[in-house]
Amino acid sequence: MYKIAAIGDRDSVSGFASIGLEVHPVLDAKTAQQQLRRMSEEKYAVVFLTEQLASMLGEELDRYRDAAVPAVILIPGVVGNTGEGMRSISRSVEQAVGSDILK
Amino acid sequence: MAVMNVNPTRMELTNLKKKLVTARRGHKLLKDKRDELMRRFLELVRENKALRQKVEAGIKAANVHMAVARSVMSDEALEVALMMPAQRMSVDVTEKNIMSVMVPVFKTRVKAANDGEIYSYGYAFTSCDLDDAVQALSDIMPDMLRLAEVEKTCQLLASEIEKTRRRVNALEHVMIPQYEDTIKYITMKLDENERSATTRLMKVKDMMLKQTHHYQ
Repeated sequence: MYKIAAIGDRDSVSGFASIGLEVHPVLDAKTAQQQLRRMSEEKYAVVFLTEQLASMLGEELDRYRDAAVPAVILIPGVVGNTGEGMRSISRSVEQAVGSDILK
Repeated sequence: MAVMNVNPTRMELTNLKKKLVTARRGHKLLKDKRDELMRRFLELVRENKALRQKVEAGIKAANVHMAVARSVMSDEALEVALMMPAQRMSVDVTEKNIMSVMVPVFKTRVKAANDGEIYSYGYAFTSCDLDDAVQALSDIMPDMLRLAEVEKTCQLLASEIEKTRRRVNALEHVMIPQYEDTIKYITMKLDENERSATTRLMKVKDMMLKQTHHYQ
């Protein structure tokens, strides 16, 4: 039994609480990083993270790319879509193919 | 020409020939693995893109409703409404093997107090936009989990493809040419030794004939 969590600013994630996700309202990168590290050690399968926080975390997220769980998935927050989630797909393509062939 | 640092002996030659055969077979297998991984990866990454577009659009719609709800309700009221969720969501994780890459498969488990009830509040003190927001999020949730699964699979496959590609390239452009060159070098060296042995023998024969029979 693995848990699902959402990390982000309160406005972006509070809705997820109502459908049964574990919600962690976080504003700064440091707390988000701590939460992520804790979750990667405990039984969390999916962590939804807002793109705003993800851009603040930077390379920290690469730690979770190669592990099977948790899957850290970027979602747009209330302030809008920054395209960071799409870029993470492009990064995968680039890593595999050598260049982004699905532009 | 990249010749390895080995003694040019017959034994070394036999060993190297065996190694070359193994390297060629490994190269072929890894190339097949890479091609198949790539095929799977491209399929999944297309799905990943489509899912992501769908999920991002869904979340955006939910956020719009949420923003309206937030503007017509007080923050406290909203917090209270969402404080006690009507359901708990968790996932079972099993592993699937794609070309010896272990990828996770998520199976959602929803523990709800009442079946199909997603609203954690009475309708008296909340805005209907909150209902819409919750409904929208609940609708998009299966897609979000599928997205999580596919995106993770893509990431794992990508790093495996990168590794395999490097191995294939190392075999193709470094190991195999090196073995071939070394084998060629040893063969030439052995042939050379043989020729020099023959000439030496001929010379010795000449000298002996000259000594015993005084041939010129």
